[in-house]
Amino acid sequence: MKKIILLLALAFSAFLSQAQNAVTLKAGDTAPDFKLKNVDNKDVSFSTFKDAKGYIVVFTCNTCPYAIGYEQRIIDLDKKFKSQGYPVIAINPNDPEASTADTFAKMQDLAKDKKYSFPYLFDPGQKITDEYGAKRTPHIFIVSKTAKGNVVEYVGAIDNDPEGNNPQKIKYAEDVIASLKSGQKPAVTQTKEIGCTVKRKAKA
Amino acid sequence: MKNKLLKISFLLFLFFSIKGYNQNVKLLTINELNERIRNGKDSTYVVNFWATWCAPCIKELPHFEKLAAENKSEKLAVLLVSLDFKSKLASNVIPFVKRKNLKNEVFLLNESSPQEFIDRIDPTWSGSIPATLFIKNDKRKFVESEFTYEQLLTEYKKL
Repeated sequence: MKKIILLLALAFSAFLSQAQNAVTLKAGDTAPDFKLKNVDNKDVSFSTFKDAKGYIVVFTCNTCPYAIGYEQRIIDLDKKFKSQGYPVIAINPNDPEASTADTFAKMQDLAKDKKYSFPYLFDPGQKITDEYGAKRTPHIFIVSKTAKGNVVEYVGAIDNDPEGNNPQKIKYAEDVIASLKSGQKPAVTQTKEIGCTVKRKAKA
Repeated sequence: MKNKLLKISFLLFLFFSIKGYNQNVKLLTINELNERIRNGKDSTYVVNFWATWCAPCIKELPHFEKLAAENKSEKLAVLLVSLDFKSKLASNVIPFVKRKNLKNEVFLLNESSPQEFIDRIDPTWSGSIPATLFIKNDKRKFVESEFTYEQLLTEYKKL
């Protein structure tokens, strides 16, 4: 019995450290599909968007100043690119106990307030967050739908200007989608993800 | 009576302006930070990167205050560089610095692209805070984690 407990404890701690150090996906990797509850209580996965050519997956939240700073730019990405085949899918990676303003109810409030035109998904147990290796809010993964499945094309920041007042900002996400639309691989496939650390329950 | 009031208001003004001077927060580019260190009279610099929205940063700020206070006789300067948005300087950062009564020099980083400035501070930095740069003469050490006071003191003594 003692042995089993020890084994369980070991397995659990190994699982914990794996979650903390989950490797971030990079360009060329397969983008794992998911089935997560949207703020309208309906499940959303890649297949929800049948006619999509790809997806703008963004891990973002209610609380981080960077996420708040980028919120309008995320709304604008969906406005601009959903009709072109690249819808935004937002996922909140924060643990709602560690970050009490990131509960499902608060996510619903925010999505309603700001009239989100895109899904804003809750990730119980931070499972999809760890499959993608999302570290920050916001952390963006641009995915293309190919014959070989859903492939990651770009990982990192939306642009190089978090505060949003540099008129000469480099719009990484828009540039990536422009390349994909013209059938080319993006020139930049990775930038540093800039934002707040994903909030997790304190380690026991 | 009028004279007295004038005197009092002058004294009050003096009091607040001195207090304000101590707790000023200046904007600082990376170039200016490098100059501050190059031209400073101290031999050791501990540069802590923090923000008012970063809970672990706020938790460890008192350790940096203590480090400076307890090593006053040494040639040490602790520089607290906030990564808050520039638009939050007057509304968040200055009130925070006043409320916490921070004695170290506080700056707000005056750069717009983290893609660029992160590597200029240290190429190994992921950009997460808290993070601390230790400089002693030609030696540079960068640590991207939260400190207890003992850990901070150990890093400082090791330099």
